[in-house]
Amino acid sequence: MAVWEVFRQEREGAPFQHGGSLDAPDRAFAEAYAKEFYGRRAESVALWVVPRASVLEVDEPYVAPVFDRDYRRVDGYSIKVKLKEAREAVAARSGAVGAGLAPPAEDPAA
Amino acid sequence: MAPRTEQEFKEYVQAGGQVETNDWMPDEYRAKLIKFIEMHGNSELMGVLPEREWILRAPTLQRKLALTAKVQDEVGHAQLIYRVVEDLGKPREQSLDDLIAGKSKFHNVFHYPTKTWGDVGVIAWLVDAAAIISQKALLKCSYAPYARIMKKICWEESFHILHGRDVILAMVTGTEEQRGLVQEALDRWWAPLMMFHGNPIPAEDDPMVEWRIKSQANEEARQQFLDGYVPQIWELGLTVPDPELRKDEETGVWHYTEPDYAELKHVVTGHGPRTAERLEFRRASREETAWVRDVILADAA
Amino acid sequence: MTTQAPPRVDLLLQLADDELVLGWRDSEWTGIAPFLEEDVAFSSIAQTEIGHARAFYELAAAELDTTADELAFDRRPEEYRCAPFVELNLVHDWARSVARRWLYETADALRIAALKASDWPELAGLAAKIEREEAYHALHAGMWHERLTRSPEKGRYADALDKLWPYALGLVEGDQRRLLCEAVGRAEVAAVERGTHVDEWPSLWDEMTMVRRTVPGGTW
Repeated sequence: MAVWEVFRQEREGAPFQHGGSLDAPDRAFAEAYAKEFYGRRAESVALWVVPRASVLEVDEPYVAPVFDRDYRRVDGYSIKVKLKEAREAVAARSGAVGAGLAPPAEDPAA
Repeated sequence: MAPRTEQEFKEYVQAGGQVETNDWMPDEYRAKLIKFIEMHGNSELMGVLPEREWILRAPTLQRKLALTAKVQDEVGHAQLIYRVVEDLGKPREQSLDDLIAGKSKFHNVFHYPTKTWGDVGVIAWLVDAAAIISQKALLKCSYAPYARIMKKICWEESFHILHGRDVILAMVTGTEEQRGLVQEALDRWWAPLMMFHGNPIPAEDDPMVEWRIKSQANEEARQQFLDGYVPQIWELGLTVPDPELRKDEETGVWHYTEPDYAELKHVVTGHGPRTAERLEFRRASREETAWVRDVILADAA
Repeated sequence: MTTQAPPRVDLLLQLADDELVLGWRDSEWTGIAPFLEEDVAFSSIAQTEIGHARAFYELAAAELDTTADELAFDRRPEEYRCAPFVELNLVHDWARSVARRWLYETADALRIAALKASDWPELAGLAAKIEREEAYHALHAGMWHERLTRSPEKGRYADALDKLWPYALGLVEGDQRRLLCEAVGRAEVAAVERGTHVDEWPSLWDEMTMVRRTVPGGTW
């Protein structure tokens, strides 16, 4: 008997999620039992049944970040202050703070 | 940081930390988990035996189907539970050997006989309700694989109680004789039900709570059961065979005659009215089908 | 009531009684199947059989102005139209139980195929629905048949098929018998015919109807 892991898809288009495991001697039995355990209430639209031995377990998916990698994250960017400065610079040149709804007035310095 | 000492581990689980199969865990935690979870699996499996007789005797096609489905779910739960035990290191055949040899336990309620269709209703309505209260508390078990199967188990149990209630309602609105069957069954099942959640050890003294295997004290579960189900019993005009049973409206606490916890211990250590007979039935069936398991193991791909 | 049933209703009762009683016998494995996964699968099959029985009873009940439950449970033992095959008490003998499942599914596939061509639309429609659910039964029976046939216990299994073959033939009639022989790969022998009941039938009927008989006409 081997252990098989069953992944189930709850709705069309949904990700496959782990449902549980069962014992079966071969693929035919594993399929029959997976259908029974994870399909008898029509709770899954599809199943993946995999021998546990084929599942590669990765316990620590990421090396603990040592170097700063904030360029990969949204919170690595602080726009607010710079945006405020840019808007103030536009206002200083044109005499009014625009809302960005129309192109800037011709630059008097140009 | 993953805990590496018993003290760190206790702090980790008490703070809500979850443990997976391949995580380091103290030997005592593993041993207690196996014993607790195995007892649950044993109970699901042994609970099938009193109920299966009534599948064969069900008085309508719908009841036959519903009861078959309920019992099938229970066998399915046993499968899920023993798989968890196996992943903790105890093979399923060994669990079944220990059960049959009387070395491991199962819940008191499954040591008692069933006598009529009234029992079928009372078991599905009240025994299952008592079990579900404990099971819902186990959703927070620190051992994640067990908490996950509890989710599936609780979801499947939801129709069992409704089925039970439906059976009871049909009988209490039926003939005098049918009402009588329900009351008589309730009279017999009340004492085992009151003992079901175990004696009232305070949570702080319960090692199972300390390890966050259980997150609910026994008395809390019992009170929840009484609060939920005594009103349902009384509203149907049924009586409970305990003259002391009442709710203190000020404190919200239910008072009742102290169950005989000595009897509880006596029963779960293998001396219930039907214990020997049921274990023997299991042993004999298992022996008759041993050749099938040998075939399956021999041919395993 | 059933002695005067028109032939097409009698056919329905044969089918319904076969499925009910086989479902009953298959339910006897609940909790004691060789291993847990199989217990759950086998129980499913028993439920589907009873579900199919119910559907056939409902169709017959409409013709006879009664209810499915009354047909299923309120007849006298001698009024049931099931084949002796389904009445046999096989529990604890896995080889025979598997043999019965496999032979029954093979015969039933032939019956259902013929019913799909019935000129009675409700019956043809029901047969089509049943056939869809039977796919799992065929899968399951085939898987066990295949495994036991090539196992060290193949002798035990072959013996079970031998013993049950005459009973299996009694499930079907006429040309379907020839087709069954072809499908199973066995020569026709003297069949154990429908119309009689086996020794264990009265106690099965007794247990099946005992609760219902305690309150005749009661609502459960």
